[in-house]
Amino acid sequence: MAEFALPKNSQITGGKTWPKPAGATELREFRVYRWNPDDGKNPSVDTYYVDVNDCGPMVLDGLIWIKNHIDPSLTFRRSCREGVCGSCAMNIDGQNTLACTRSMHDVKDGAVKINPLPHQPVVKDLVPDLTNFYAQYASIEPWLKTTTPTPQKEWKQTHEDREKLDGLYECILCACCSTSCPSYWWNSERYLGPAALLQATRWVKDSRDEATGERLDNLEDPFRLYRCHTIMNCAKACPKGLNPAEAIAELKLKLVERQI
Amino acid sequence: MSNARAKSMRTPLGRVRNLGAAHSGTGDFWRQRITAVAMTLLIVPVVVVVIMLLGRNQAGAAQILGSLPIALIMLLFVVASCWHMKIGMQVIIEDYVHTESLKLIAIMANNFFAVTVAIASIYALIKLSTGV
Repeated sequence: MAEFALPKNSQITGGKTWPKPAGATELREFRVYRWNPDDGKNPSVDTYYVDVNDCGPMVLDGLIWIKNHIDPSLTFRRSCREGVCGSCAMNIDGQNTLACTRSMHDVKDGAVKINPLPHQPVVKDLVPDLTNFYAQYASIEPWLKTTTPTPQKEWKQTHEDREKLDGLYECILCACCSTSCPSYWWNSERYLGPAALLQATRWVKDSRDEATGERLDNLEDPFRLYRCHTIMNCAKACPKGLNPAEAIAELKLKLVERQI
Repeated sequence: MSNARAKSMRTPLGRVRNLGAAHSGTGDFWRQRITAVAMTLLIVPVVVVVIMLLGRNQAGAAQILGSLPIALIMLLFVVASCWHMKIGMQVIIEDYVHTESLKLIAIMANNFFAVTVAIASIYALIKLSTGV
C-alpha cells in the first residue's frame, strides 16, 4: 500500500534553537528542516533568528545569511538567485516554491518554515535527491527528433506554431510541481509527474518535430500519464506560473483524438 | 528512496523506462468520460422514475417499468454507472495498492463485483418490466 506515515527514521524530533544575533534591531524567525546522513539521528527542525536589516528580502537571502553568520553546516542548493535555474526549490510555509523569488515578508504569521521538497529522498538538510525526476525528464527524450535531412539553415516554424510552445518552454525543472502532486507521491516510480509531462507536451506540440506519434506511444500508459487526476497542485505550486495540468490534459486529448 | 530502488544497480533511466509503455489507458479514460456524460443526462429521469416507484407494490412497479422508454433509461443508467464505478475503483486501486499480487486480486475482485451488480440489476429490471 501507499505509505501515508513517515518511516520511523524520518520522523522529526526536537531541534536546536540557535542564539539570537547580538545587536539586531529586527529579527525574523526561521524554522529549518535539518538532517545529516552521517550522524545517524532522525531529522529535526532548527530555529534561527535572522537580522532582516542585514540581509536581502527573499527567503534565500535569509538562508544565506544563516549560513554565513550562524551555522555554516546548513545545506541547500542555490545558484542564480533570480528564478531562472530552479536550484533553490523547497517547501516554504507549506508551499513548494523557489526560495529566491519568495519574499520572507510574504510569509505571514510568525516563523518562516522551510522543508525540503516533499516525498523525495533527502541527501542532506534541504537538498533532495532528484535522480528519478531527472531520469523521467530524460525518458521523454527532450530534443528535436526528425527523419527529414537537416536543412542547411534552421528548422523553420511559423509564428503561430512557435506561440503554441508558450507556457511550456519556460519550465526550469525545479521539481516544485512534481513533488507537490499526490499522484507523484504515491507512484513516482511509474508516473512521470507534471514536470516531465509538461516537457513531453512541449515536444509533442512542436511543429518541427517528426516523432509526435512515437512520443504519444511512449506516454500512453495507465501509470506514466493516466495517474494524473487533474488535482492541480502542480499549477498552484509552479513558481513560473505555468499550468502542467493543462498541458497533461492536452496530451490526453491528443491520445483520444488519434483514436476516434 | 524505496529499499528496492536503493538496492538495485539498474540505471535511473533503465528504472524509469522499466517494461515500456502499456499503450493503453486511453480507452478507460475515454469510457469514464462517456459514462460520466451519460449519467449526467440520465440522472434526472432516473430520479423521477425512482420517485414514481416509491411506495408502490411489485405490480405497480412492474407496470411503470413495463414502459419501454422507462426500462431503457433504467438499463442505460445501470450500465453507465456500473462501468463508471468499475473504472473509478480500478483507478483508486492502481493509485494506492502497490503490492503486485494484492493489486491483481483487488482489480479482479473489482471486475467481478461490478459485473455482478450490473447483471443482477439488469436481471431485476428485465424481470419487472416483462412481468416474468
